[in-house]
Amino acid sequence: MAKDHVSGPEDYESLIEEVLEAYPAKAKKKRAKHLQVAQPDPEAEVDATTGIASKCDTTKSNIKSIPGVMTIRGCAYAGSKGVVWGPVKDMVHISHGPVGCGQYSWSQRRNYYIGKTGVDSFVTMQFTTDFQEKDIVFGGDKKLEKTIDEINELFPLANGVTIQSECPIGLIGDDIEAVAKKKKKESGKTMVPVRCEGFRGVSQSLGHHIANDAVRDWVFDAEDSEAVKSYEPGPYDVNVIGDYNIGGDAWASRILLEEMGLNVVGNWSGDATLAEIERAPKAKLNLIHCYRSMNYICRHMEEKYGVEWIEYNFFGPSQIAASLRAIADKFDDKIKEGAERVIAKYQPLVDEVIAKYRPRLEGKSVMLYVGGLRPRHVVTAYDDLGMVIAGTGYEFGHGDDYKRTGHYVKDGTLIYDDVTGYELEKFIEKIRPDLVGSGIKEKYPVQKMGIPFRQMHSWDYSGPYHGYDGFAIFARDMDLAINNPVWGMYDAPWETPTAIAAE
Amino acid sequence: MPQSADKVLDHAPLFLEPEYQDMLTEKKVKYECGHPDEMVKEIGDWTKSWEYREKNLAREALSVNPAKACQPLGAVYASQGYESTMPFVHGSQGCVAYYRSHLSRHFKEPSSCVSSSMTEDAAVFGGLINMVDGLANTKALYNPKMIAVSTTCMAEVIGDDLNSFILQAKEKGSVDDDYDVPFAHTPAFVGSHVDGYDNMQKGILSHFWDNAEREAGEGLNIIPGFDGFAVANNREIKRMLDEMGVDFTFLSDVSDVYDTPSDGEFRMYDGGTKLEDVKTALNAKATISMQEYCTPKTMEYIEKAGQEAINLNYPMGIQATDDFLMKVSELTGKAIPESLRMERGRLIDALADSQAWLHGKTFAIYGDPDFVYAMARFLMEMGAEPRHCLATNGTKAWGKKMEELLASSPFGANCQVWPQRDLWHMRSLLNTEPVDLLIGNSYGKYLERDTGTPLIRLAFPIFDRHHHHRFPTWGYQGALTVLVKLLDMIFDKLDDDTIVPGETDYSYDLTR
Repeated sequence: MAKDHVSGPEDYESLIEEVLEAYPAKAKKKRAKHLQVAQPDPEAEVDATTGIASKCDTTKSNIKSIPGVMTIRGCAYAGSKGVVWGPVKDMVHISHGPVGCGQYSWSQRRNYYIGKTGVDSFVTMQFTTDFQEKDIVFGGDKKLEKTIDEINELFPLANGVTIQSECPIGLIGDDIEAVAKKKKKESGKTMVPVRCEGFRGVSQSLGHHIANDAVRDWVFDAEDSEAVKSYEPGPYDVNVIGDYNIGGDAWASRILLEEMGLNVVGNWSGDATLAEIERAPKAKLNLIHCYRSMNYICRHMEEKYGVEWIEYNFFGPSQIAASLRAIADKFDDKIKEGAERVIAKYQPLVDEVIAKYRPRLEGKSVMLYVGGLRPRHVVTAYDDLGMVIAGTGYEFGHGDDYKRTGHYVKDGTLIYDDVTGYELEKFIEKIRPDLVGSGIKEKYPVQKMGIPFRQMHSWDYSGPYHGYDGFAIFARDMDLAINNPVWGMYDAPWETPTAIAAE
Repeated sequence: MPQSADKVLDHAPLFLEPEYQDMLTEKKVKYECGHPDEMVKEIGDWTKSWEYREKNLAREALSVNPAKACQPLGAVYASQGYESTMPFVHGSQGCVAYYRSHLSRHFKEPSSCVSSSMTEDAAVFGGLINMVDGLANTKALYNPKMIAVSTTCMAEVIGDDLNSFILQAKEKGSVDDDYDVPFAHTPAFVGSHVDGYDNMQKGILSHFWDNAEREAGEGLNIIPGFDGFAVANNREIKRMLDEMGVDFTFLSDVSDVYDTPSDGEFRMYDGGTKLEDVKTALNAKATISMQEYCTPKTMEYIEKAGQEAINLNYPMGIQATDDFLMKVSELTGKAIPESLRMERGRLIDALADSQAWLHGKTFAIYGDPDFVYAMARFLMEMGAEPRHCLATNGTKAWGKKMEELLASSPFGANCQVWPQRDLWHMRSLLNTEPVDLLIGNSYGKYLERDTGTPLIRLAFPIFDRHHHHRFPTWGYQGALTVLVKLLDMIFDKLDDDTIVPGETDYSYDLTR
């Protein structure tokens, strides 16, 4: 099965050239700007934790995908309903428009939560206005009103409703904002209209931004709720922003922050309630994990409410320790001591995990293609296990993401933005990494090629991967993916007589 | 500290550890501002009441947990059943990411499909450029033999005209003039995935047949319809037809594309109906649709083209398989061979062996209209009693046909039919008029949790169990698979109910 193996950075340059050859001229010119090899950056300051300074931000990003190439990206609705709002558990999120969007995204992000589904929590349910032709022709506002009335009657413990617009809404001129205002007045409950029609922007990313803006306009700018009024802020109050509790990530993170003495007032938005969103501006500090999807609201909270924010990374022990210390630096000695105590407490677990798994994974190469923060944030978790990143890329990253990536990946790493199915397949085929981490659409083609794969959006139904407890699971999962015997049985023995002889 | 390298705890046990339980309790009390536990319990109980059921059934606008998807999913699936065909969906790109994910999660296989990636400017000016560039790029990168175009609701709302766009794209040289680009408008706000399947099938057939002359022949065409078990079901049908020595063509066959081997090579395309065969399929004597509600427009078209059009409703169970074979025999003049009579006999033998365990057991069924019809019919054949038959994408006409079926057997006497209802309705039905077992897809696990009704997964999509779709449910062999699934659930449940030592295990029988 061994095929051409591309070994070094020079080869990557020619590999990019070779892959681009397949495109028609217009598309080739466009795609060339999204593919590069990370360059040394002698002028940049070396990252204190990783010791790396490379240049990845020459890649063009956050621009339209080319038609017909099999982009892996999603849409603004996916960014708002799927990512930002969907996990808020005590609100009903209406997929407003035809049935499909809500159906395909139903229960697929593994945003864990505690609650009685259908009674006081609604995350793993699919609420839709199920648009019919007449709704397109005559408008859907009346149907939306009735839908909200029916939600209020049948789900009385829902603390609010968000309206997640699908493509037709913006095209037929519906006024969902007016409906939201009216229903808020009638019911007293929070109503959030979100203009996240799938055709807006170029990917999920604009949906995150629009969803952030909706928090600002329809939650923060509303009059204070009882939850806000009754809340006494404390000196150690923080919000975790951009942790969607996939497979319990936010819980494996929260436990560390609380152990060091902080109070996690709000977790956005995995396992969150509306109250956790409402109270957030009163906290001392915002801790942002997924910068891409929620930096907007952090900037707003800083500007309007003076809440400082800090990025952190809870993938892998090196970054966890560095992050705990950086967070603690924003507080007094009590918290600083707390951070050291936590790091020391978990060090034996870290040592055990590394002792067990590093020898099994040392030197294995990895290619990543994911979204949000992961194309860079998980890199150091692989580093901690002695694994090497051959290539990485973002589905919907912006320039600031690529800039930050320079602190994570060494020069010589292949970088691909909004990669197409064709490019990714060719890159993988030529580089033949020991592991690929990407999504469900990529999983099966890669495995057919005989290359181990882990879904790095859903943690492949495993997780959590955040925090120390999550790192143990991460290490175990990478080991079981790579070191499973199945990969050695792809070739029928009668087809490779030399292999039999060699045994 | 619960976690260790020796025994890595996954999410399920990890968060049950006291550290986490305490943390979650404190989070709830201090930060969530939720409703008091008594109120949650009270409302939770109320949602199980008759009063709630009536309010729930009175819903007019809100849909909760519907059991249907949108048209383009069916169109993409139908396209994938043709030789080296790339489905191309004109409109917003996120939709395509969704279809591919949905199909991959069910089949545990690659699902290839492209989008024309229309954005805000295309919403204003139309998506012609997206079509022109898109077709050229798809052809260059993925080298399909055919590109089958369907639409997302965005393209439908702005009124993009596929026929004109494709012609213009060809004029601009995106693909050659004679390159096959069939198309179908598949608005997501009309019908469901079964209608998208229908529209795409009709689009593909009319692309090849409209300007061709039919020379009446003796062959048969089979249209399988949208089917989560197609991988095995199509092969099972082919096996039976081969045993009969029938000359047949499947129109859309995903059995190979959704079941490629792992041997080091990723096959983007594999198997499927050969384009040459689609052309000659015009000459067939008749076309059998295995799923009437997946093919109304297609079958109308086929009938107009001069063929006999036979509509079946998912050949699962004894009589449904009998009907299929006898119809084939009638159309082709080929006798049903002894080997198939033996298979039938073995199935009947199995049913007779197990009849006591199924007789009188009550069932709720949901899924696509043809599936629900066949499942109810098969249950009645076994002496079981369907009680609730629900299809979110079932029309009123389907409801009527179901009523007729149920009236044909005493075992259908107490059954209610629920067209255009969703799974939140089903929740009320199961809470107020409980049944022994539920048949549906993976989404049914929430009903299993909320109502305690054990779920048997026999409908698309199945995300949380692996590989069931690799075994047939059609034909006599398929009926055996279904029978065993039902029996296993009944026996497992019985064992679970009698497993407490010294309390209930007097009934924990070794032989059943």
